[in-house]
Amino acid sequence: MTMYQENAIVLEHQPIQGGYQLLQLRAPEIAPHVKPGQFVHVKVPHLNEAVLRRPFSVFKADGDTLAILYKDVGKGTSTLTHLKYGESLNLVGPLGHGYPEMSEGSFPILVAGGYGMAALYLCARSMPVKGVAFFGGRAARDILCVKEFESLGWTVLVTTEDGSMGQKGKVTDALDPWMAREGAVLKPEFFVCGPSGMLKAIASRALARSWKAWVSVDNNMGCGVGACLTCVLKVHDDEKGDWAWARACREGPVFDASDIIWESID
Amino acid sequence: MNATTNDQSPVDLSVTIGGIKLKNPVMVASGTFGYGPEYADLVDLNKLGAIVVKGICLQATRGNPTPRTAEVESGLLNAIGLPGPGVDGFVSTYMPFLRQYDVPVIVNIWGKTIDEYAAVARKFDQVPGVAGLEVNVSCPNIKEGSALFGTDLDMFRRVIEAIRSSTRLPVIPKLAPNVADITAFAKAAEACGADAISLINSFPAMAVDIKTRKPKLANITGGLTGPAIRPIAVRLVWQAAKSVKIPVIGMGGITCLNDGLEFFMVGAQAIAIGTANFTDPAAAETIIEDLRSYLVAQKYASMREIVGTFSP
Repeated sequence: MTMYQENAIVLEHQPIQGGYQLLQLRAPEIAPHVKPGQFVHVKVPHLNEAVLRRPFSVFKADGDTLAILYKDVGKGTSTLTHLKYGESLNLVGPLGHGYPEMSEGSFPILVAGGYGMAALYLCARSMPVKGVAFFGGRAARDILCVKEFESLGWTVLVTTEDGSMGQKGKVTDALDPWMAREGAVLKPEFFVCGPSGMLKAIASRALARSWKAWVSVDNNMGCGVGACLTCVLKVHDDEKGDWAWARACREGPVFDASDIIWESID
Repeated sequence: MNATTNDQSPVDLSVTIGGIKLKNPVMVASGTFGYGPEYADLVDLNKLGAIVVKGICLQATRGNPTPRTAEVESGLLNAIGLPGPGVDGFVSTYMPFLRQYDVPVIVNIWGKTIDEYAAVARKFDQVPGVAGLEVNVSCPNIKEGSALFGTDLDMFRRVIEAIRSSTRLPVIPKLAPNVADITAFAKAAEACGADAISLINSFPAMAVDIKTRKPKLANITGGLTGPAIRPIAVRLVWQAAKSVKIPVIGMGGITCLNDGLEFFMVGAQAIAIGTANFTDPAAAETIIEDLRSYLVAQKYASMREIVGTFSP
């Protein structure tokens, strides 16, 4: 796993819906090496008072191009929205350990909160078996790229908290009855990306029934390469029968749900 | 074809800091570069003046709870709390890697007591590949003692004397910025046998999340680094450098050559790049190349000619 630093060139940058932006970049060094669930660390241009980069999951990677799907949520992302065609963007990547290949004989289930689906797209595309994807969000504007996942062969089940699209409620309101109906005959394997509450909800279900679950955590990061120790979270250290810190940027961002000490996650 | 290449540049970038020969005066600062391997894909370690690894004490330590850092305007607040593998863990895990490179390795050491400092220094004395010891007397994020070693002149003297008598390696105390008279500490370091001094460490600071009314760091207070502290660092390096004969390593918010030149001009013989490694992993290498070009353009034969050229 080699990291690169390069000036990527903006090929396309457009708002898609509800404050979400799709940024396509030519990044010939990084793009060919991206694995599902990895991220790039972005130096936001024209924001010199920001000393840290911003991490973004890689949404798509094809040949020498890659795409990032993000939401304008703060100063960094807001400044990023002004980036134009042909401008350059300094990236470090690909970073971190992403999702593993699904295990043989398992039935893959994707669970995504909001733009969490961006981290799951490459995973969804590469899996030999297409299962069910649960997409949750506050409202219809937070549900992204359903058609793209469907065209890969996935069944997408949508929930929104305000009921403006799909079933009203949280992803678990759709997932639980579905698992009760279909889950008994399957060996499910979960691939999850979303807010920590959602990760916790899926992890607790998976751990209770010994289902495999891979979760991508969204911790604040500093360096992105494992040096600064900002993004650490508590994991089980089975060798010592104790806990240890793991770096979201290096050992993660994707973890086996059974490794994380969930009581320590807010 | 013109045979002139960068490697045969007529400019001499080398400096000797407390007996440690550096091929150029640009180091990477402790705590911002891990132990080396973290950045090895992105940075040609052989091009660096020196690598100063993250602080090491006697035993493995876990550091502080999270959140450990908070970005602020032109700076970074941190209270990482010096997690690390301890001397033995560091030596077995990282020294074999670091020995592969042609770059001086300076180990930043800390302890909770004077005896611990001395014990760590003694252990490193026997470790091949360690070029020198930077003494962290000024980490603001350790509850037991360490900050006091950096701000209490008597404690400072005692810890430096104890380390000096425990090792033959070059000893480089890293000075705390939050003292009334930096020259007293610089002179004390020199009098206690230090081979060089480095400054500044992070400045004690804090930030509040006004929505939750809670501190932005789990440790409540932390150390401020980055461009926000640079003018403070330049002032302290100037005052310290004037007061001693031993070499001074200047640091604090350096992001580019022009920043670094300020430090050289006020008397630093070497500089260290810290928070800028996070912003741009290529920062140190870029500064080294830009320094070479600057010296050629200004017709200097050696980098040493610009040190202390500040003329108030």
